[in-house]
Amino acid sequence: MGIILKSKLELEKMYRAGQVVWEVLSELRGMVKPGVTTMDLEQVAARRSSEHRARPAFKGYMGYPCVLCTSINEEVVHGIPSPKRKLVEGDIISLDFGVSVDGYFADAAVTVPVGRVPAGKAKLLEVTRDSLDRAIEMVRPGNRLSDISHAVESWTTRHGFSVVREFVGHGIGTKMHEEPQLPNFGEPGRGPRLEPGMVLAIEPMVNTGTAEVEVQADKWTAVTHDRQPSAHFEHTVAVTSNGPWILTRPKEMTGPSW
Amino acid sequence: MAKRENDKKKSGEGNSKEDAIEVMATVIEPLPNAMFRVELENKHQVLAHISGKMRKNFIRILAGDKVAVELSPYDLTRGRITYRYK
Repeated sequence: MGIILKSKLELEKMYRAGQVVWEVLSELRGMVKPGVTTMDLEQVAARRSSEHRARPAFKGYMGYPCVLCTSINEEVVHGIPSPKRKLVEGDIISLDFGVSVDGYFADAAVTVPVGRVPAGKAKLLEVTRDSLDRAIEMVRPGNRLSDISHAVESWTTRHGFSVVREFVGHGIGTKMHEEPQLPNFGEPGRGPRLEPGMVLAIEPMVNTGTAEVEVQADKWTAVTHDRQPSAHFEHTVAVTSNGPWILTRPKEMTGPSW
Repeated sequence: MAKRENDKKKSGEGNSKEDAIEVMATVIEPLPNAMFRVELENKHQVLAHISGKMRKNFIRILAGDKVAVELSPYDLTRGRITYRYK
């Protein structure tokens, strides 16, 4: 099938979806504080989606029960919101959210600290966030897909962290997951050449300790094998002739992507 | 939502080899570049090329030979000659 290229019009539609994701995640970030439950965040996300006339992308996808993924500390991705899970000072929580507007999808994620967190976790957050920015820098026509993967791996391992291998970034468009698969590790210079019109969800998942993850009994929540914390940041990025266009944040914004 | 890594090669996607339709045909005429016009049993004429294995083993095909042709399920007017009968 190959990687689907999107027209300017289609990119505009994805940008609109991206703005909804941006606004919802920005609001959720502000809500994060000790005592808040993950279900509280879920409910706000669901309500804002319908206010924006956007369809949440996760609920019902392969049976996932919610619109938001809330992954705390050693949970890597796909944590399921629950009224029994309260945030505690010192936690880090990763919020992963996606919607479709007019048939076009956008997907983004951010990991935020709950109150004050230990230096180790703070460093994990900073390095993971920076790895996303470095990966986004690679998104230019002529570069190869694995240049993005390599950027994440080299930056994170340089700081002593490890990258998750079982989960990958992905192409995105009229479906949430499209070709290609975008690992967060690998040698540079491999894979297809990036062309304007490609849209990729770049999502580094970085662990403090081992890269090994396992899925829990709920069939969704992935946790680190050594139960050390993990961080996750994501943006939906389009390849344009002038370089990367981050669809999941306002066009005018500059600086670190999260 | 992160995607679970799955190597398509592991699960065996991309199996048009299994879908191929094998038929017997007679070679009508040779064309340039090791291509041949062949006529199937149902009188349909099809453009076929010689398979790499036959090339590798220097097997010649002439007009009038009876051959086995693999047709692609995606385009029934193209085929691959995979065997020449005596």
